[in-house]
Amino acid sequence: MSQTLQSLDLSPLYLSLKVASVATLLALLLGTALGWVLARKHFVGSALLEAVCMLPLVLPPTVIGYAILVLAGRRSPLGNWLRSHFDYTLIFSWHGAVVASAVVALPLVLKSASTAFAGIDRTLEAAARTLRQSPWSVFVRITLPLAWPGILAGTLLAFARAMGEFGASLMVAGSIPHQTQTLSMAIYDAVQSGQDDTAAILVLLTSAISIAVLLASKRFLSLR
Amino acid sequence: MPLTLIPPRTTRTTRTSHASHATRLSRWLANTLAGLCVAALPVLASAQQLTISAAASLTEAFKEIGSQFEASKPGLSLRLNFAASGTLLQQISQGAPVDVFASADQATVDRGIAQKLFDPASRRDFASNSVVLIVPGQGAVAALRSLADLASAEVKRIAVGKVATVPVGHYTQEALDKAKLWSPLEPKFVYADTVRQVLDYVARGEVDAGFVYRTDALVAGDKVKTLLTVPGHTPVSYPVVLVSDSRNKAASQDFIAYLASPPAQAVLAKYGFGKP
Repeated sequence: MSQTLQSLDLSPLYLSLKVASVATLLALLLGTALGWVLARKHFVGSALLEAVCMLPLVLPPTVIGYAILVLAGRRSPLGNWLRSHFDYTLIFSWHGAVVASAVVALPLVLKSASTAFAGIDRTLEAAARTLRQSPWSVFVRITLPLAWPGILAGTLLAFARAMGEFGASLMVAGSIPHQTQTLSMAIYDAVQSGQDDTAAILVLLTSAISIAVLLASKRFLSLR
Repeated sequence: MPLTLIPPRTTRTTRTSHASHATRLSRWLANTLAGLCVAALPVLASAQQLTISAAASLTEAFKEIGSQFEASKPGLSLRLNFAASGTLLQQISQGAPVDVFASADQATVDRGIAQKLFDPASRRDFASNSVVLIVPGQGAVAALRSLADLASAEVKRIAVGKVATVPVGHYTQEALDKAKLWSPLEPKFVYADTVRQVLDYVARGEVDAGFVYRTDALVAGDKVKTLLTVPGHTPVSYPVVLVSDSRNKAASQDFIAYLASPPAQAVLAKYGFGKP
């Protein structure tokens, strides 16, 4: 075990943290915006939009992976365009893992953000408007601070989910050591090739990080 | 359903009425259970089931051989489980209930015998194959003609099987090592879980080239193009072996023997496998 510890390659850990951080940031921005729209605006198809955004929560990761492969792969119009104009391919790069993780993490931010926005006392916003605050100023100074604990709790959950992403990332980014091999993939490979010591250490590592994030998330929720 | 509840007429008869409900209920239950048992008898009698774990490259051939074998043995049903040979070995060593193991390389069976998972006396080679270099059927890199061309800048990604668990990955490493190409090409490799994933990546055009068996390239039809047969690796021969923990040893031995029979060999030949 101690030998395994010494020879342990920690690049999957760093990659997982990098992928999960960027993916969570994307999910936070998009999820907050969509959460606000869905909490405040009611338009034709808003329920459908919400259902589509929540889909990654219930669909198997292989479906998400397949969808990204089909939509952004080399043969797809988008993938083809990116490749011919920028010589860029999403597939088999760590960006692919970011997209996959962001898609599965989005529902968690979105749901907590829209619940948080819906729970705000709107008379406070109205009061701010009577004090000649612009709509943007009302959002930044009143709405966002009031909704923040809920959004943050959702964001931490999203981070934990992004850390654990496996199926979709594997299909989109592959498991290339030092390039796209995240913690969960390194664990999978270690188990498959019978390196139980390595697998056990990586499992402990990822569990410790996830527990820390979940505890933090609970703390922010109780702050409300 | 004879279970109809009769409401008690008076309070005094309540007890007897309950009693009769209870007997009716138990009789109904007994009848139903007996009926179920009778109905289940033929199922139980024919419940002999063999689980065959086979290398991913054998998928189509084994499905066909499997149904032939089932047809020749009434009352026996086969369960086929396909994955990379290394993955299958790992499942068996963790106690998966498997009767027969068919691998795409000798090394995986050697490892299992060392772990006392297999019966060494039952080991037979039943087919052979070769490794080929394939490119997408459409939009392939035109400059790619030989193994050495893989080093050119136009070739960005090459799919290979994971060396530790996927036999074709091991053969690929052997061949490329001999050609002094493995290390220089390593940054371009995408490691796949099974030989079929390599095939899928190439067929979708997500990679510029990949190493699979000749038989896999045949399955994909014109979605992939076979460029060359890869030299310099140990011959690809498929061993089949009886799992020590099998509960159906006799039927398992029958299946192993059946693989050498003319009908099974004809199916293997149809899918491009060579003689053992």
